[in-house]
Amino acid sequence: MRPAQQITRRAFVTASATAAGGLLVSLYLDRPLRAQQVPVPGQNPRIYPPDAFIELRPDGKIVIQVNRLEFGQGVQTALPMLLADEMDADWSQVAAELAPAADIYRDPVRGIQMVGGSGSIATSFQQYRELGARTRAMLVAAAAERWKVAPEQCRTEASVVRGPAGQSATYAELAEGAARIPVPATVQLKKPADFRLVGKRVRRLDSRPKCDGSQRFGLDLDVLGMKVALVAHPPVFGARPKTVDDTAARGLTGVAQVFEIPTVSGGTAVAVVADKFWTAKQARDQLKIEWDLAAVERPDSAQLWATYKQLAGTPGNVAVTRGDQTSLDALASGDRLVAEYEFPFLAHSPMEPLNTTVRFDEGRAEVWAGSQFQTVDQAAIAEVLGLKPEQVTFHTEMAGGGFGRRATADSHVQREAAEIAKRVPGTPIKLIWTREDDVQGGYYRPMHAHRVEVGVGPSGLPVAWRHVVVGQSIVTGTPFAAFMVRNGVDRTAVEGVADTDYAIPNFHVSVHHPTPNVPVLWWRSVGHTHTAFVMETLIDELAARAKMDPIAYRRRLLNPDAKKLRAALDLMEEKSAPWRAKLARNHAAGIACHECFGTAVACAVDVSIENKRPRIHRATVAIDAGLVVNPLSVEAQCQGALVFGLSQLMANGAITLKDGRVEQSNFDRYTPPYIVDAPVAVDVHIVPSIENPTGCGEPPVPVISPAVVNALSKLTGKRYRTLPLLTV
Amino acid sequence: MAPATYELTVNGQKRSVTADPGTPLLWILRDELKLTGTKYGCGIAACGACTVHVGGVATRSCVVPVSLIGDRPIVTIEAISQDPVGRAVQDAWVSHDVVQCGYCQSGQIMSAVALLKRNRKPTDKNIEESMGGNICRCGTYVRIREAIKMAGAQP
Amino acid sequence: MSRSRMGVGLAWFLLTVSVAVFATSAQESPNRTAPRRADGLAAWQQIHSVLIHPRCINCHTAVDYPQQGDERRRHYANVVRGPDGHGVPGLQCATCHQESNANSTGVPGSHDWHLAPLSMAWQDRNDKPLSSAAICRAITDRRTNHNMDGPALLKHNAEDTLVGWAWEPGRDIHGNTRTVPPLSRAEFAEATRQWVEAGMPCPQL
Repeated sequence: MRPAQQITRRAFVTASATAAGGLLVSLYLDRPLRAQQVPVPGQNPRIYPPDAFIELRPDGKIVIQVNRLEFGQGVQTALPMLLADEMDADWSQVAAELAPAADIYRDPVRGIQMVGGSGSIATSFQQYRELGARTRAMLVAAAAERWKVAPEQCRTEASVVRGPAGQSATYAELAEGAARIPVPATVQLKKPADFRLVGKRVRRLDSRPKCDGSQRFGLDLDVLGMKVALVAHPPVFGARPKTVDDTAARGLTGVAQVFEIPTVSGGTAVAVVADKFWTAKQARDQLKIEWDLAAVERPDSAQLWATYKQLAGTPGNVAVTRGDQTSLDALASGDRLVAEYEFPFLAHSPMEPLNTTVRFDEGRAEVWAGSQFQTVDQAAIAEVLGLKPEQVTFHTEMAGGGFGRRATADSHVQREAAEIAKRVPGTPIKLIWTREDDVQGGYYRPMHAHRVEVGVGPSGLPVAWRHVVVGQSIVTGTPFAAFMVRNGVDRTAVEGVADTDYAIPNFHVSVHHPTPNVPVLWWRSVGHTHTAFVMETLIDELAARAKMDPIAYRRRLLNPDAKKLRAALDLMEEKSAPWRAKLARNHAAGIACHECFGTAVACAVDVSIENKRPRIHRATVAIDAGLVVNPLSVEAQCQGALVFGLSQLMANGAITLKDGRVEQSNFDRYTPPYIVDAPVAVDVHIVPSIENPTGCGEPPVPVISPAVVNALSKLTGKRYRTLPLLTV
Repeated sequence: MAPATYELTVNGQKRSVTADPGTPLLWILRDELKLTGTKYGCGIAACGACTVHVGGVATRSCVVPVSLIGDRPIVTIEAISQDPVGRAVQDAWVSHDVVQCGYCQSGQIMSAVALLKRNRKPTDKNIEESMGGNICRCGTYVRIREAIKMAGAQP
Repeated sequence: MSRSRMGVGLAWFLLTVSVAVFATSAQESPNRTAPRRADGLAAWQQIHSVLIHPRCINCHTAVDYPQQGDERRRHYANVVRGPDGHGVPGLQCATCHQESNANSTGVPGSHDWHLAPLSMAWQDRNDKPLSSAAICRAITDRRTNHNMDGPALLKHNAEDTLVGWAWEPGRDIHGNTRTVPPLSRAEFAEATRQWVEAGMPCPQL
């Protein structure tokens, strides 16, 4: 069973190797083995050595390394659940740690250490299960060796191995022996019916420390000798100072240094290094900088809209085309509909402001950051400091939200921190972006214009569809462009339209990618934030026009093989039917459904109008995300994602530019949803499935805004095609 | 302005700090006293992540200069479990698995405690008003609402 | 429809006339009425110019929130009036506003920072300032003005700490000094004295 001869291993036990004085199951494999497991398509069949992921401590505690950033999505609980389930570990003894940047912690499919595309569970599902199963097999083998029995005669439960004659030993007792056992090449994984943890509503491991103030985030870091850096960024992206008068700033007690640093957008910024945040903030406020704004393009929202609308009237680079493109023009004008949409720039604004701490010493550096892209950020810091990536120790810090903002291909925050640290070797530098820096600092969800011409057939269903999207490409100019941009089409700009599950015979989608001077980025659910809004409001409008029930209409229009969407739609219909049948006066139900990142979500909302704003009394969500690891967490992601999606509808839900400058600077003018803007109640229903798991962090985001405005349209008779929603 | 020395009562302990009089209490707590459970989110009292109790009043520590604290006692998230209502709120938060990223939750809890100390049976409207200025970007509002009701129902 | 509108118009007219009569009847000496009333109304105009300044009227709203800034926008972060004008538990005025201005953070403060009661609203529910006459009526009606007579109103305008904040409003969040009403506090007090002495006349419109 075990091809021992293939394993050239140096199995060694590192007794008392850990800081806690514990015992590490420490095995080292010189080369990877071929897994005998049926591989998941596209998944690296690499065998991961348990010692890099699991620490068994003498007191029974099991510490699991999580190869991802935790920033709310619950992966720090879900991945250990998978591992602990296969390992038959005592869950009450399981703790999780965020792994530092290292090759072993790269995403098994994507090849870099990252969180994105709602893929953490999907791509590490097999990996963490196998890690658990292998560890269990090694512990069982150690017990069998000790008791001189066959491993098959042993059973495991709650961190205990039991032998055939009533013998028993805890995992902690067996750890040392297990460490001498070769890592098995093949392991039997559990059948879903045998799961003890997976599929159960398991509470988060990080709940208590996040409720008593003891959880440390990146911003809370306190390293001996650390100083705080704030940066005065150019008011227009890419600009440079003409003159800098830092006399007053330098005169403040506690200010260590003031100097210029390059920005990734080709400009120059002014960094202030001080003993504490408030000193640095005061010093920055007292800098007198005259900026040279003549040399840079100064984007202006009003002008951009004019350009975008004009572009939307002309065909762009073709994303998809099928059927007869003349059929639309052949229809009578009464059977044609033209809809134009506007979506503004949006900031992510995670609650923990962006930050990174870097200490640069001769030949090495140490970094602490809440990063979605450890591999990328580590390499960027190394480049700035003239080091190799492996000379940069990179600690993954708990992050206060991110939503895509901590996944930048250009690592601009980390580069900034490194540029500053480079100037003060030996001093740990905590770079903090204030909220103002964050709101004004770019990397927004791009603004978009859509123009759609629809031809309606005699049945009331769309028979022709011509769709032009205008918006900046997020990935052009990044390493991701190699596989995400084809024929001048950034697929993140058209996803959700080009690949729609609605069966429209004559279908044409094209895109223009203007290049205004504004850095853009993926914003939780990326292109689907605008494409689903267009699709789901237009389909709803067509259903109303055909005088058909919006759910029945969608079901008729969906491809027969859109199984997940159909399942979600059916479940949502069933669960919302009781309340939709007895809506209060002046309330309306709105629905929407959408599939993205392999997950389908359908949503129904009960909406009225209060104080001239939509009031969402309840939302019913149905989700098909394949096999669900932690239903409690999926429910939380759905509830939270709806609120995040509602950012688009807030009256102050837009980033705008005037003469190159961002007009908003903080939550007073760029306002995310508060509790009163959120649904009062959200019930979440999961489509039962044993298919491979898909993500749930992003997929519920796109459905809420169209569902809400579909309800508003019923109440007011108006159509809402311009966001943010300034008036109802 | 010239630094001055302030005698503060933080979580029942006397703490002496020397700082610029305009320094917000938030940065006194975080940078001087190393009480980092209180969070910086916006600096303009728009998000509530920095909420502490000053003289029993839920206070946005990011906008209140240390010079205006006087002798009012300060309670932060680190000590709110010593208060029965505080403990009940934290337990309800854990029981309902409220947190996601968790960054705003110190402030949410401090606001919720202030509400429940005055009103043990808050209506939805009471909750929306009292918690109305606290932002949770992860959108945990549904569970916050449920947890507050549960904590209020504790004997 | 048109009849009921006429009815409202008539009631409004009668109300206006009766208030005007009330204001007139408050004068003591008939032969001195006209000049005194003219002086009083002139003084009222001065007072009114202060009352409708954002530093004053922002906290005399008819809705469940205060306003802020010279553009009198709704106070951010969903600040609400609460049962007694001091906010609600967890989000009181004192959650941010202290006994004095916090210039380092741009938050104004004064003793007992709070909203004026709804009976002292000087705006309509759409945040539009009421007419000068309507504000004057609200101020002189002892059923709505905390039972203040002329001397009490004078004392309030001349000495109240929170009223006085309008002339020492401190710096805003951007470090800029807030604008102040068009009269000084002393001028405001003097105008109030003249108006009270003139019998607190109110304009008819």
